[in-house]
Amino acid sequence: MSTPTQTIAPKFEVNSRTASPHGQTKIAVDGLNFYYGRTQALHDITLSIPERMVMAFIGPSGCGKTTFLRTLNRMNDVIPGTRVEGKVLMDGQDIYATGADVVDLRRKVGMVFQKSNPFPKSIFDNVAYGLRINRLTSNKSELEDRVAAALNDAALWSEVKDRLKSSALGLSGGQQQRLCIARALAIRPEVILMDEPASALDPIATSKIEELIVDLKKQYTIVIVTHNMQQAARVSDLTAFFLLGKLIEVDTTEKVFTAPGQKLTEDYITGRFG
Amino acid sequence: MESHRQFDQELDALRDNVLRLGGEAEAALKRAMQALTERDSVAAREVLDHDDAVDELEIEIDRQCVDIFVLRQPAARDLRFVMSVAKMAPVLERIADHACNIARAVFDLNNEPELTNHVRLFQMGEIASSMLEQALNAFTKNDAKAARDVIKRDAEINDLYNQIFHDLIEMMAKEPSTATRDARLLFVAKHLERIGDYVTDICELTVYMAEAAVIKHRH
Repeated sequence: MSTPTQTIAPKFEVNSRTASPHGQTKIAVDGLNFYYGRTQALHDITLSIPERMVMAFIGPSGCGKTTFLRTLNRMNDVIPGTRVEGKVLMDGQDIYATGADVVDLRRKVGMVFQKSNPFPKSIFDNVAYGLRINRLTSNKSELEDRVAAALNDAALWSEVKDRLKSSALGLSGGQQQRLCIARALAIRPEVILMDEPASALDPIATSKIEELIVDLKKQYTIVIVTHNMQQAARVSDLTAFFLLGKLIEVDTTEKVFTAPGQKLTEDYITGRFG
Repeated sequence: MESHRQFDQELDALRDNVLRLGGEAEAALKRAMQALTERDSVAAREVLDHDDAVDELEIEIDRQCVDIFVLRQPAARDLRFVMSVAKMAPVLERIADHACNIARAVFDLNNEPELTNHVRLFQMGEIASSMLEQALNAFTKNDAKAARDVIKRDAEINDLYNQIFHDLIEMMAKEPSTATRDARLLFVAKHLERIGDYVTDICELTVYMAEAAVIKHRH
């Protein structure tokens, strides 16, 4: 039986719109606990994600990094029996507050998954999908401009501009993933969550996604879950290390990869875990 | 698990080689100073003959570091260790080069009248040798405090160099007939002073390795 996701009052108040040590805070998480039924998957997570930066979540399988990522746009709400405690503030507003508009939240917080999931439609229609259902454009010309801009921002325009009517399923894996990014960008989100966006791609396609991430942070706040530590080191400004549902350490990526503050982090990134 | 054990073995092999290179540099310096003190051309020749082996060892360490960077992409303490070793190996090789230069000076000095009052020069050699030994011990023990203590000793070498410099210039002015010998001794003093600087570099790298703190140009 499905139980709706609940919000429990946080243990203490947090400043709604604070500056993190690394810039203006876009998302502030405070005392977050997350449960799958009786199993607690996340323990008292508190961290700030600064605006227009890339934060990477690293950690072994099952450490809770994807679960945590999914709490940032309430994607876990659709999983029966889950429960959230604590606060997730986006621009100072608690996304789990009673009456919070989840549709609006997901418009602001786009998501890209491990496996590209284009709709069985044309390239154009894939990118136009969110614009159409949200009625974000008023005429055909504006729709075309927004689709072109999103494809351009996703570094895909030059490769598909002559075949916008072709099926998206005919694109390569890397192109499909960039199409999904274009689809997320089309509705102009403020935050993009990426769950291992390049793990199924070859090195060239991976490199294009990584370049794209670095480029996109000029406009967007990006949070990326990755198993590839070199990728985290290459693309992120900040890195958070998770273990057994706990946030062990968060710091600048340079610090985490050259001189981590916690032994557990050091053991993990040097491959001497366990 | 197997892969981590193999990586640890690669790091151990690298550590062994850099310590061997350190030992070679230490031995070259001691032998060169002994050759100078005892006017022993045979010992000086041994220092020079051994230098190719030192160069080969440095090249081998370079190769090991490149392999580890490319194949292992080390992070955190492993990264700092390999970075430090990659920078330390050429420094140790240069110390051995300076020992060779001192050894070369011995051949020329043996054709000159002996200088009896050169206590400070030998004292400088002893301090340089002892600093190098302490620096290598600090590296082996990953001991940043010991490395910092060695860095402080560079001032002793610099003070002695300045004294020797003035003494020798004075001697050259007083007794121009021995100016060639005195000029050669001045170069020996300069080599020892440079070795002091290189030992400081080694200690800075040890501090980086142990504490991730960059202290070069800051003391």
